[in-house]
Amino acid sequence: MAENYFEVLRPGINTTFQDNGRKNYYHIGIPFSGAMDNRNFVIANAISNNKKNSPVIEFALQGPKLRYKGDKVYFNVTGDVNFQILRKNKIEEGVCYQNLVLENNDCLDLISTNRSVYGYLSINASFKIDFYLDSYSVNTKAEIGANNGKILQKNQIIKIENIAKKYSLNKFDYINSKIENIRVIKGPHFDYFSKTAKELFFKEKFRITKLTDRMGIRLDGPKIENIKYTNIKSEGLVKGTIQITADGDPIVMLSDHGTIGGYPKIGVVISADYDKLVQIPPGSKIKFKEINLKDAETIYKLYEMETRNLISKIK
Amino acid sequence: MIKNISNLGDAALYCDFGNDVNREINLNVIQFFKNIKKSNIPGITNITPSYNKLIISFDLSITNFDKIKTEVEQLNFKNEIVNEGNLIKIPVCCDNDFALDIKRLEKLLNLEKEEIYKKFFSKKYYCYMTGFIAGMPFLGDLNDSLYARRLDTPRVKVPKNSIGLTEQFCNIYTFESPGGWNIIGKTPLDIFDNKNNTSPNLINPGDTISFFQISKSEFEKKYG
Repeated sequence: MAENYFEVLRPGINTTFQDNGRKNYYHIGIPFSGAMDNRNFVIANAISNNKKNSPVIEFALQGPKLRYKGDKVYFNVTGDVNFQILRKNKIEEGVCYQNLVLENNDCLDLISTNRSVYGYLSINASFKIDFYLDSYSVNTKAEIGANNGKILQKNQIIKIENIAKKYSLNKFDYINSKIENIRVIKGPHFDYFSKTAKELFFKEKFRITKLTDRMGIRLDGPKIENIKYTNIKSEGLVKGTIQITADGDPIVMLSDHGTIGGYPKIGVVISADYDKLVQIPPGSKIKFKEINLKDAETIYKLYEMETRNLISKIK
Repeated sequence: MIKNISNLGDAALYCDFGNDVNREINLNVIQFFKNIKKSNIPGITNITPSYNKLIISFDLSITNFDKIKTEVEQLNFKNEIVNEGNLIKIPVCCDNDFALDIKRLEKLLNLEKEEIYKKFFSKKYYCYMTGFIAGMPFLGDLNDSLYARRLDTPRVKVPKNSIGLTEQFCNIYTFESPGGWNIIGKTPLDIFDNKNNTSPNLINPGDTISFFQISKSEFEKKYG
């Protein structure tokens, strides 16, 4: 049997293999990683009929252009992605959230994400990639995970195996919600900041700067004045932690964040809003809204229920 | 012992052991860390020890803050694990090519470089925590005549395996990374081995480290 593979004609921006991430290694400096937008990751695998946490290709803003060689394979794209399939000099416009087919010599051009950041490519087959510390997720800082811990490279080959013989034309309609309010629980150092700063933090808008990647988001807005200590003794961080730098700017820790940090924590983004936050493109403005723990827990239950509902609608 | 447990967001516990940085408090943190790891409380996804805090992350779809807090508080592990760290010996080459900030330190500390190295190599160091970047150990405490502030402008790229000093701490840059610590040498050992799929990090929290000096030719041999 001939080999099935993708040839990378254009790698795109920060294109990596991701699954649901790796647990239990924070204490040696290895963060969760994993797909940034978990809901779109879960949906991609559900449409493919793959196991829940199968690895997918994640890309940011601009996706890869891939030539496919091999037997017919089904794939789907999730997120808000503009893409095309180039087949025998014909261009087919791609539609997200449905299984589509790739045949020998077809080209898949994941052109860009629309008013969002991350998109996902899932195939109804498996990528032939390596596993490291319980996960395929690429962490480019520690150089671990699939693809030797690296982003996709131009001209590289991605081998594919276990192409599903049976398939279904799964599809469903889903519109990613675009929001600007991000709900936040106050952090352990909230009272390090002046009264005015605390008010500004929940009143003013902050712009997502270009210094934003899988590690974190740097925000630009009113300076948050620290009246106690601008540095603390370094301590652990979690996804969604908002630290205030010595310059008074908020930085939000994302999936590949450094595991410990020495800036005071003003708050933490609630788990249910994380997927939405990571999808807000640089240049946009966001606003933080204070919420308590109990409400955050309830909202998370609703978020999970909604994800389950969405998956049950796939047919 | 734990002074207070609060929430860090909706999916983590923030256990506060105090504000001081010393071995006694940190041993408490590490003992707690090891015991919680052993207890296999369902839903815990990560435990992060640092100087005087322990952060316990959990999966909000399986459990919640109140449940984990109760379970952690009910754990009774008196005399269960006596912290036994390993002693690890790390070779360091202090050739001028690697000791990027030795001249700055000579000025700042008002010491000759021979004195600086003598003081540095004559002590054993305790690993308070590992992290920030994969496998990076935070070691202490330096002889107090070696306390120096960070560089005013951090380096964009500190070479991999550099040994850095700041305040009472030293560390090893396990990857090329931005950083502002005063660099005094380089080790040929890989402190974090990303080819090792079971235990990639050489140094764990609670371990004891002793550094010894090697020549440039020994350094190059270790590499080859």
